[in-house]
Amino acid sequence: MTAATAFAGRLERFGRPEARGLWLVVLALAAAALYVVFAGQWLLPHNNDAPTFEVFNNLRVWVDNNRNSNPILVFALVGIRGSVTALFEAILLALNALTWPGLTVLGGVAGLLVGGWRLGGLMATGFLSFGVLGLWDRSVETLALTLAAVLISLLVGIPLGIIAGRNARFYERLRPILDAMQIMPTYAYLAPFALLFLIGPATALIVTAIYAIPPAIRITAHGIRSVPPNTVEASVSLGSTRRQTLFGVLVPVARRTIVLGINQTIMAALSMVTIAALIDAPGLGQNVLKALQTLDVGTAFNAGLAIVVMAIVLDRVTTAMSERVVAARQMTPRQVQLRPPLLVAGGVVTLVCVYLSYTYSQYAIFPEEAGGRSIVVGDDIARGTDSVKSWAESNLTIVTSELKDFVTAYLLDPVQSLLTDSPWFVVVAAILALSLVIGSVRSLVTSAVCLAVVLATGLWGDSMVTLASTLVATVLTLGVSVVVGVWMGRSPTADRVIRPLLDAAQTLPSFVYLIPFVALFAASRFTAIIAALVYAAPISIKLIADGIRGVSATTVEAARSVGTNTWQMITKVQLPMAREALVLATNQGLIYVLSMVVIGGLVGAGALGYDVVAGFRQSNLYGKGLAAGLAIVMLGIMLDRITQAAARRSGGARR
Amino acid sequence: MTRIGSPRSVRRSAWVAAVAAGTLVLAACGGAKVGETTQTTTAGGGAGSAAACGTVNLAVNPWVGYEADAAVAAYVMQNQLGCTVVKKNLDEQVSWQGFGTGEVDVILENWGHEDLKKKYIEEQKTAVEVGSTGRVGKIGWYVVPWMVEKYPDITDWNNLNKYAEMFKTSESGGKGQFLAGDPGFVTIDGALVKNLKLDFKVVYTGSEAALITSFRQAEKDKKPAIGYFYAPQWFLSEVPLVNVKLPAYTAGCDADPEKVACDYPDYDLDKIASAKFASSGSPAYEFVKKFTWTNDDQNVVAKYIAVDKMSPEDAAKKWVEANADKVKAWTGA
Repeated sequence: MTAATAFAGRLERFGRPEARGLWLVVLALAAAALYVVFAGQWLLPHNNDAPTFEVFNNLRVWVDNNRNSNPILVFALVGIRGSVTALFEAILLALNALTWPGLTVLGGVAGLLVGGWRLGGLMATGFLSFGVLGLWDRSVETLALTLAAVLISLLVGIPLGIIAGRNARFYERLRPILDAMQIMPTYAYLAPFALLFLIGPATALIVTAIYAIPPAIRITAHGIRSVPPNTVEASVSLGSTRRQTLFGVLVPVARRTIVLGINQTIMAALSMVTIAALIDAPGLGQNVLKALQTLDVGTAFNAGLAIVVMAIVLDRVTTAMSERVVAARQMTPRQVQLRPPLLVAGGVVTLVCVYLSYTYSQYAIFPEEAGGRSIVVGDDIARGTDSVKSWAESNLTIVTSELKDFVTAYLLDPVQSLLTDSPWFVVVAAILALSLVIGSVRSLVTSAVCLAVVLATGLWGDSMVTLASTLVATVLTLGVSVVVGVWMGRSPTADRVIRPLLDAAQTLPSFVYLIPFVALFAASRFTAIIAALVYAAPISIKLIADGIRGVSATTVEAARSVGTNTWQMITKVQLPMAREALVLATNQGLIYVLSMVVIGGLVGAGALGYDVVAGFRQSNLYGKGLAAGLAIVMLGIMLDRITQAAARRSGGARR
Repeated sequence: MTRIGSPRSVRRSAWVAAVAAGTLVLAACGGAKVGETTQTTTAGGGAGSAAACGTVNLAVNPWVGYEADAAVAAYVMQNQLGCTVVKKNLDEQVSWQGFGTGEVDVILENWGHEDLKKKYIEEQKTAVEVGSTGRVGKIGWYVVPWMVEKYPDITDWNNLNKYAEMFKTSESGGKGQFLAGDPGFVTIDGALVKNLKLDFKVVYTGSEAALITSFRQAEKDKKPAIGYFYAPQWFLSEVPLVNVKLPAYTAGCDADPEKVACDYPDYDLDKIASAKFASSGSPAYEFVKKFTWTNDDQNVVAKYIAVDKMSPEDAAKKWVEANADKVKAWTGA
């Protein structure tokens, strides 16, 4: 025990800042030398029937055979499926019962009450636009599915997040599970879940919740942890109980961040709409998938647009809810008086609308035309998108294919060749050494475990190809995120303009833009990287912008008064003060990039992403697909721990 | 911006909202006149025959040809046999899985899938074969048509190495790029490249959409492309890809997947039903048994859907009305 501690201490010393640079150089030289000497030797074989695959295949067969006899499986089948389906159906029934005029007015009134006239207008317009896009029914189905999934996710996520925020040990235990939930590709477990919870909304809800719970927990915990310790101490010293401190101090102070968590939960849930449609979940995902069969990008985009509108509407209303906490204290008595009548009026108008639509059948279904002119523009949007796409495909391919070839040849190929052509033990040794030098002893141990699991999956070669793409995509994502995030954090105007675009990029189903991307960049690893960038950058950008804005105004003012210029302000004051946000941005950026590995597999990235897709599609490759999913999780946890440890160290153990 | 509300009124407003929502739901349940009437009329048809047929859960696999099968079959079952047809958009593997869990009754166009047949028909006994669709699926290697015009001998595999250099891309590691396709199918392209000693590397496009886009863009830009494809497929009517002759398929030449050096076999596209559905005595099962049509028939409906952008229902209606005699042979009426 003591020997181990002493050894760990000695190892730790390698990582002192002054020694670290030197070690990195030595490491790089050693790796380069070993690569030159051994390239192409001691590679691990690639096969289709590694023992691990067989284990997973057998597991699946077991589930299949015991579905109706094993008490736990029966419970899952009947209990969970039943209640989840009931929740979805109740919400869908309520939304449909409101009919389109009722829902639109109700949305408008809710927006008005929460955030004022502008939000009310936005909500009503948003709801109306579902009808105008010609997608009212599908949109309501997606809305019901999303609300149900978010409800489940928050019921689970916020309590766990609060506990995790207060109890660091608990959070440490929980983290690998959260990582696995976010990184394990849904494709890898979609088919077996459909076996357990059957085809349809229940399974869709459960897989959506699995993906949407982690952001709720993480960001809630982050909010609770960010509450200044002296605030808590003050509360405790005034004799508050734990309960009072929690609900009187911690939760209210962290409320803004918790609502950001709700935001991200909604976004995550909406990003699953298309995947869930693979097992016949109702909603807009169906339109996207159907359109893709005929490569009808326009129609897919139209459905994607409805998803984006829904995301923006839900995002704005949750954001307004968080801001209200602050605003409520500054209200005039007149405004307080105005409130109940507004509520009653809103309720009455909604009821009238509902009554009308039940009485007059012409209001029951969203009208296709008004005053003799068609008001549904879905087809026009589809056609417009198609012409933009054709123009791009005819005129941009020369530039884009050059770009692809350049990045592939000078960035991606070298990284990949280093990882795939070196003997496996050299790669393992290099990664372990790197974990130690830039991370810590703990990250060394984590890396060792993760790499061992990757080796055990029998997918070493594919894992290294995927790792190379992931590294390149993450670096590009972070580069973009820091630039845009700082800009948005400093300029409210930039924030207002860019934020809707970020919401769009984050929630527009990637299936929509995959086809134009393939046309522009060919089926290639680079296409997968670009798709990952589009999806992962928004979350990183938002977190960085939020962090920059969170830097106290007095600090910025003080720095400015001593003559700090803009560049110094960003690099010496704002970015360092927003360290925790940067770490979270790196972390989430990485995880979002990894969650796109499978989408990458759909457009030519091959490797683990393709293995997972093939596993969903071919029953004899099921085990290989799940093993590939596991390998992706391991790569994710490893990269996450190394970056976190590195950030902690360079920040001088600030936690 | 006006912001209103206080902690107290927040609580109160929540109550009001809850009560309002509750009232709305109750109101909806009480007086759903319009919704209810429309539902009963669509489910109806002939009340008597509806009882006899009941509900048919039809798997719809994700390709347009299948969509055409499903559209026409569903239209006929609904309108002539009075069945309630529930279409479920599912992948092949999940559809088969659905036989076991009782959620899928029929697959209308099955491409081989010997592994799934073994599992669900022989082992689990939850599915049965319902016979051929009367159509043949042809999987093989295809090149873009402009190349055939320029290099007529490219359609023979013996000449492929001569052109391999042209097919090089950023993904193919110095060799020619062979586009492998849809991950949903067991392919032998890697083994073929190796065993025929071709100077190509198999690159997985990963989806049918990416494969078609690659071919489409290559034909448009007059860039080389060779890859895995199949007929019948609606895209062939847009870009008539040309089949490359591989060593002919002979029975058993694909016995060892590692050593295979011959073309893909022809697939008799057949129909599968759940064992429960097959023994239910439903007229829908008799219909599925008789349901056969030609590639040309299917292509017409597929074109209505894919190119003319008709809804599957409208496409089916149009075809059924123009082909009453063929439909009669299925329904036996």
